Amino acid sequence: MGSDIQVLESAVVRFAGDSGDGMQLTGSQFTTSTALSGSDLATFPDFPAEIRAPVGTTFGVSAFQINFGAREIKTVGDAPDVLVAMNPAALKVNIDNLRNGGLLVVDTGSFTKRNLQKAGYTENPLEDGSLKDFQTIEIDVSKMTLEAVKEFGLGNKEALRCKNMWTLGMMLWMFSRDRAPVQVWLEKKFSKKPEIANSNIAALNAGHAFAETAELSAAIKRYQIGAKKTDAGLYRTVTGSQALSWGMAQGAELAGLQIVLGSYPITPASPILHALSGMKEMGVVTFQAEDEIAAICAAIGASYGGALGVTSSSGPGIALKGEAMGLAISTELPLVIINSQRGGPSTGLPTKTEQSDLYQAVYGRNGDAPMPVIATRSPGDCFEVAIEACRLAVKYMTPVMLLTDGFIANAAEPWQLPDLDALEPFEVKFAGTPAEGEEFNPYKREEATLARNWAKPGTPGCEHRIGGIEKSYDTGHISYDPDNHQKMTDTREAKINGIANDVPAQTVDQGNENGNLVLVGWGSTYGPISQAVKAARAEGLDVSHVHIRYIHPFPANLGELLAGYDNVMVPEMNNGQLKTVLRDKYLLDAKPFNKVSGQPFKIQEILDAIRAEFGVNTQQDSAQEQGAA
Amino acid sequence: MDDMVKLTAKDFTSDQEVRWCPGCGDYAILKCMQRTLPELGATRENTVFVSGIGCSSRFPYYMDTYGFHTIHGRAPSVATGLKLSNPDLDVWLITGDGDGLSIGGNHLMHSLRRDVDINILLFNNKIYGLTKGQFSPTSDVGTKSPSTPQGSIDPALNPINFALGSGARFVARTVDTAQKHMPGVFTRAHGFKGASFVEILQNCIVYNDATWANVTDKAVAADAQLLLENGEPMVFGKERNKGIRFNLEKFALEVITIGENGMTEADVLVHDERNLQMARMLAELGGNAGEPMAMGVLYAEQAEQSYTEAVIEQVNAYKGKRTLKDMMYSGETWVVK
Repeated sequence: MGSDIQVLESAVVRFAGDSGDGMQLTGSQFTTSTALSGSDLATFPDFPAEIRAPVGTTFGVSAFQINFGAREIKTVGDAPDVLVAMNPAALKVNIDNLRNGGLLVVDTGSFTKRNLQKAGYTENPLEDGSLKDFQTIEIDVSKMTLEAVKEFGLGNKEALRCKNMWTLGMMLWMFSRDRAPVQVWLEKKFSKKPEIANSNIAALNAGHAFAETAELSAAIKRYQIGAKKTDAGLYRTVTGSQALSWGMAQGAELAGLQIVLGSYPITPASPILHALSGMKEMGVVTFQAEDEIAAICAAIGASYGGALGVTSSSGPGIALKGEAMGLAISTELPLVIINSQRGGPSTGLPTKTEQSDLYQAVYGRNGDAPMPVIATRSPGDCFEVAIEACRLAVKYMTPVMLLTDGFIANAAEPWQLPDLDALEPFEVKFAGTPAEGEEFNPYKREEATLARNWAKPGTPGCEHRIGGIEKSYDTGHISYDPDNHQKMTDTREAKINGIANDVPAQTVDQGNENGNLVLVGWGSTYGPISQAVKAARAEGLDVSHVHIRYIHPFPANLGELLAGYDNVMVPEMNNGQLKTVLRDKYLLDAKPFNKVSGQPFKIQEILDAIRAEFGVNTQQDSAQEQGAA
Repeated sequence: MDDMVKLTAKDFTSDQEVRWCPGCGDYAILKCMQRTLPELGATRENTVFVSGIGCSSRFPYYMDTYGFHTIHGRAPSVATGLKLSNPDLDVWLITGDGDGLSIGGNHLMHSLRRDVDINILLFNNKIYGLTKGQFSPTSDVGTKSPSTPQGSIDPALNPINFALGSGARFVARTVDTAQKHMPGVFTRAHGFKGASFVEILQNCIVYNDATWANVTDKAVAADAQLLLENGEPMVFGKERNKGIRFNLEKFALEVITIGENGMTEADVLVHDERNLQMARMLAELGGNAGEPMAMGVLYAEQAEQSYTEAVIEQVNAYKGKRTLKDMMYSGETWVVK
């Protein structure tokens, strides 16, 4: 058995179970073990908004998908190769996505009459032949787990909670992964409850041993997925929230400032509040405010006091912050506003991903209120983008909107740790006490950037008053003068527009700088667009990929670059928002390609759209990720 | 070297033209502040006035200190962030009955609950002035205004009760025209470590003139105001013969006349500003005919540490113990060769 190892280039595994089955933990531990073995990977935690939806129901199903390989992985994979279904509801919700011939592992112990009913099955799918297209492995995981943890004396309910570790043990064996990191993690997590730690470890080992001793004979194949050949260096896995929080701390350090984060809990942005709250070692101050408005206002107050104010939320919370964003724009104070986008409008789909806050970011304030908007495209990218947000905020004395999304926030990927010492500092110079006879003017601007003076309260001689009322261009005092308002409005706009020349020129991610078709994307659609373009190019289609980080202002060369293509298509997880901005800015015939189902794009969907554009019939094959060219 | 030079009211007066209506109560409060700050040893550079929106919130423009005129109701949040980033500053918050108790009620409540080390002055004129005279959350029932032509229906909020209910540890009340009383209240508020809340009865000459006349008019003030002094009996009245007594059967405060119905000075309550229950009853005083309104410090019980001090202490306990690099490079990492 041990010699029967099939080497695969990559595989997609999806763990699905009840909200209380611990699928997210199972997935993240499988991820850690996979990352440590050097495979490239992308993950997709897909869970309901309810903490514990009624047990056994389809709307309570929580899933974790991982795509890993010995080559570059850019998406979570269109269709799983392996589906682990811990109950009938998990099977029902996920089976349609399993690829034909894929491996299905089910816990038969949970396929009771009652659970089948709750999942809406009239017949047991394990018995009615409906799963004949898949290789199905039926195991009574519940029973095996109870057996494995018997000696630790847990109650039935607690003992059954070890089911996920039993399953993980089996999957780790199946993919030739190491159990040691999981054991270390369990011992640490349950250091105060050794009987729980030991039970989980016993379940993990039992699942592993079960698969290894082949009690199921040759039904279980063992796979080997090697390490990805990649740049030498030190790696770790990060989620977007983690990398973004580290990037903020790093950005503040490069600016020579302390971070004050004002935030209010909201899905899926809360992990950033949690991460920064655990970074007091770096002098980070976090303030869990009474509401979203207080959160941003405290951040603005902190910036007025000479720190770098940061606020983090998601769409509905960002809406509440609108007026305060205007205050930061009017008073020209640095501030970073992080939006971890989710499905909208209103409460929408709190745990599902969407890119539908782009209008809100670019246009969503009263008055002419321009603000830079930048977007991350992957978990690792968050680090760099966060630093860039800090740089722009302090250099241009402006709030900056950083767009990420629920998918990036929760997804993990391997990440080469950057050399922090090599990063270029952008230290802030505060205004000092003016010379004898000179008067301090808070709105005196630097010629190149149009950024105003920043004086820290406590500095003698720089006493000044600012506020949301229009200021005189010349003195910074209140002014209702009509010409002055025109001049200040123009100046605020010119200041932000000037940033276009201070950001890297837009490059082409894949393909040529001109041609028949270009796909223009932004944010977390990077992976599927990139893979679809690669597949289309392999079919000989003249298509390129441009992925935009700087949404407002666009890089100075973007208009000219896009003009070089005959057709422009904009795939977005919204109803066509970047498309509108591109049309507005460049009078460009940008075509939308939209998906707002709360799920990331599949490669196949984008590939089909490209083929349709070229009049090519959609082929029956399904797109899978391609290896690096 | 500046320590040597004694600052004056003029040093705290900005070059901006004051734009309140002639006769507005705000002028008197401004003057009093400009006069009092030098007495407190305050410096211009370390003093910040933060305000929201409304007539009172223009205050910062007229002080030659640092100032931030923010947005409607949100000044407590801005001041909290300011204090967290720059804890040595002396932060004063200027708000009104609409700004602080209506649109910003939530923030005011939480800044008091947290005990952020700021001095909050709430100018209560029982009306929206800047938006031209609509009734406010402190307006008396029946107030006729552009939005309540037949008279307002909603009951009025008592700011002192609101503050005490929010967990404020310093609560005081004074009057815009009380130029002798007000400096003392400002001094106490300034000296208090934590959130200090001061309600200032203020007259809006245009939209709600004389709304406090039954308390503040010279002719009635002595009988309508109870000037509290810690450790002193609660005696008031033109003849200094009235007092406040605790009626055990009614479980309430009542007004007595010393020398009548067998009442003596021994029946009069002695003010203890650390007694929260007493403060709660004093907050209600003035609601019934014949009762005076309590003025001065109703309640002051300083905590060992203000919120801002505690936050900074917690951060400092960890600061520098680990670098970002330590954090990022620790845990489950692997090397690719």
